[in-house]
Amino acid sequence: MNTVFDKDTWQEIFGSISQNKLRTLITIIGVLWGIFLYIVLSGIAKGVDNGFEQRFERISSNSLFVWTQNTSIPFSGFKIGRNWNIKLSDVETLKNKIPEIQHIAPRIQKGNFGSQGAYISNGTRSGTYNIYGDYPILKVVSQKDIYKGGRFINELDIKEERKVCVIGERTQKELFKDEENPIGKFININGIYFKVIGIHKFFDQGGGSFDDDGDIHVPFSTFKRLYNTGDAVGFLLIAGYDDIDIVEVENKVKIQLKEIHKVHPDDNRAIGSFNLGSFFTRAKNFANGMSFISIIIGIATILAGVIGIGNILLISVKERTKEIGIRRAIGASPNHIRKQIILESVFLTLIAGTIGIILGAFILYVINMATQNLKDVPFTNATVPLSYIFAALLMMIGLGTLIGFIPAEKAISTKPIDALRDE
Amino acid sequence: MIDIEGLNKSYPIGNSSLHVLKGIDLKINEGELVAIMGSSGSGKSTLLNIIGMLDNYDSGSYKLDNVPIKDLDETKAAKYRNKFLGFVFQSFNLINYKTALENIALPLYYQGIPRNERQKVAQEYLKKVGLADWAEHLPSELSGGQKQRIAIARALASQPKVLLADEPTGALDSTTSEEVMDLIKQINNEGKTILVVTHEQDIANMCKRIITLKDGIIMTDMKTK
Ligand SMILES: Nc1ncnc2c1ncn2[C@@H]1O[C@H](COP(=O)(O)OP(=O)(O)OP(=O)(O)O)[C@@H](O)[C@H]1O
Ligand SMILES: [Mg+2]
Repeated sequence: MNTVFDKDTWQEIFGSISQNKLRTLITIIGVLWGIFLYIVLSGIAKGVDNGFEQRFERISSNSLFVWTQNTSIPFSGFKIGRNWNIKLSDVETLKNKIPEIQHIAPRIQKGNFGSQGAYISNGTRSGTYNIYGDYPILKVVSQKDIYKGGRFINELDIKEERKVCVIGERTQKELFKDEENPIGKFININGIYFKVIGIHKFFDQGGGSFDDDGDIHVPFSTFKRLYNTGDAVGFLLIAGYDDIDIVEVENKVKIQLKEIHKVHPDDNRAIGSFNLGSFFTRAKNFANGMSFISIIIGIATILAGVIGIGNILLISVKERTKEIGIRRAIGASPNHIRKQIILESVFLTLIAGTIGIILGAFILYVINMATQNLKDVPFTNATVPLSYIFAALLMMIGLGTLIGFIPAEKAISTKPIDALRDE
Repeated sequence: MIDIEGLNKSYPIGNSSLHVLKGIDLKINEGELVAIMGSSGSGKSTLLNIIGMLDNYDSGSYKLDNVPIKDLDETKAAKYRNKFLGFVFQSFNLINYKTALENIALPLYYQGIPRNERQKVAQEYLKKVGLADWAEHLPSELSGGQKQRIAIARALASQPKVLLADEPTGALDSTTSEEVMDLIKQINNEGKTILVVTHEQDIANMCKRIITLKDGIIMTDMKTK
C-alpha cells in the first residue's frame, strides 16, 4: 500500500476534490459537525465530572453526616418533640455494630444550625465565630490543610483537655495584625485564653462541606468542659470503606441510633442526615450519563456525516463517469480506481474530523477560560482524553473506507466503453 | 501485429440483437498505417474498440502481437491497454483539470513509473508533438489541434505497440486536420503501427492502406500508392 504515501496519489485526490470545492466543503461539514459535537459534549461531561471530583477531593467521598432533631412521634414513654443528643459512647457502638464504617469523627459545635457562635477576642479586636469541638480523626475524614508552622489537634490535646485552637484564615485576618504570626499567641474564647496552634486553609467546596473560613477548632474534650456539654455530640461525620454502599450505612446508623436513644423506628424527622456518598454518586452518574450521551450523539452524527460523504462521492463518481472511462482506457485498473475513490473518502473524512477536533478543542478551551473563576459551578478542566480522539479518528478511517467502497464499486461496475460514451 | 479471424459482434437491443460485425478477417503488420472507412453505423468504432480491448466480441479470434485477446478480466485488460495500446479520440478526452504535461504523464502513473521519470518522458513527448511551451496549460486553454496533439502524446507516452485513433480529425478544421495527420504519419515513419478511423477520403489517402467497412463486412482492402 505504498500508494498511500505516494505524492501522486494525493495529487490525484486533490485534483478530483478541488474540482468542486463548494461540494467538497458541504460534504465535510456533516462529519465535521459530528466530531465537533462529540468533542465538545464529552469534554463538557468530563468538565462536570472533574468539577464534582474537585469538590469532593478534600472530603472522603464515601461519607455522611448525621445529627439529631426533635422527635416527631411519641415513643417509649417520651413525649413528642423531645430534644435528644447523640452521645460519645454511640461512636464505639456504631463502629462495632456496623463493620462498613471506617472512621467516625464526632463533632460538637456552636455557631451554626441556629446556635450562637463564640465571642472571641484578641486585645481590642473581636468577633463571633463558629467553634467546633473536634477529634484528630477529622483530619483523616475531611482533609484540613494547616499552614506551615502550625498543626491540627492531636491526641494529647484531647487527653489533657488543652486549651489550644486552630483558627481560620478569616479569623486570623480579623483578630491579628497582618505582620503578626498567630501561632503560639493566645486568644480569648468566652473569657478563657486559648493558644493558637494552627491556621487552616479554606477550600470552598460548595455543597460538599459545612466549613467556613472563620471556623475555630478546639479539642473535643476542652469544648465539652468549656460549655459543659457532657457526652453530647453535635453531629457525626461517618466515613465508610471505599467499596461499601453508603446509603445502606446511613440506614443502619439511623436504626442503631434510634434504638439506643429510644426514638420511634418510623420517626424520620428525629435524625437529620446528609449523604455525601450518594450525592457524589448521583453527580458521577450524571457526568457519566452525559459522557455516554455525548458518545452516542457523536457516533450518530459522525455516521450520518460519513454516509453523507458516501452519497456525495456517489454523485461525484457519476459525474466523473467519463473521466474514469478515460483513465481506464489509458490503463487504470479497477484497483487503481477503487483505491483512489476510497482514499478520497477517507481523506475527506479525516480532513473533516481534524477540523472538527481542532474547532471542538478550541471551544473547550474557551469554555475552560470562561468557567475558570466560577466557584459556584462544578466545572473544571473540560478535556477529552487522547484515546477518545484516536478512537474517533480510527472510527472515521474505518467508516470512510467502508463507505468509500460503495461509490468505488459503482465506478468500477461501469464498463470502460460505456463510461467513455457518457456525456 | 494484429490478427483477426471470423470476428463477430452483436449488440442486444431489447429482445432482439443487432449484428454489427459479421465475420471480419483482418491482418495488420507492424509499422502499417491503416485507415478504416465506411458509412456511419458500419461498425468502424465497434471494430476499433474490440481491437482496443474496450469491448468484447462474440465469436472468432483476435490476437495482438500473438497474444490471444478474449474475455479478459478488467484488471488484465487494463494492463494490456496500458502496455500495448494508445488511444486517440475524436473528442480528445483529456482530463480537464490536469495540465497538458500531467495528462501525458497519466498512463505512466498507472504503470507505476516514478514521478521524475514520468515528468521527463512526458516532457519528451510534449516536445515531439511541438508543444513544449504548453506544458503547464490546461486543456481549456488549448486549441482543438493542440488538444489532439496532447492526446496523441499521451497515447504515445506508454510506448504502445499500436496506436488507435477514432476520427482524430473529426472535430478539427482541414488545416489543423492535416497538421495532426502529418504528426501521425511522422510517428508511423518511426515504426509505430497505427489504425485511423475516418470519414474523410483525404485523411484516408494520407495512410498506407485503406479498409472499407460496409454493414459489418470488409468491402475493400487496398494499399495506397
Ligand atoms: N453499445 C451499443 N449498444 C447498441 N448498439 C450499438 C452500441 N454501439 C454501437 N451500436 C450500434 O452498432 C452499429 C455500429 O456502430 P459503430 O459505432 O461501430 O458505427 P461507426 O461505423 O463507428 O459509425 P460512426 O461513423 O457514426 O461513428 C450502429 O448501428 C450503432 O447504433
Ligand atoms: Mg464511430
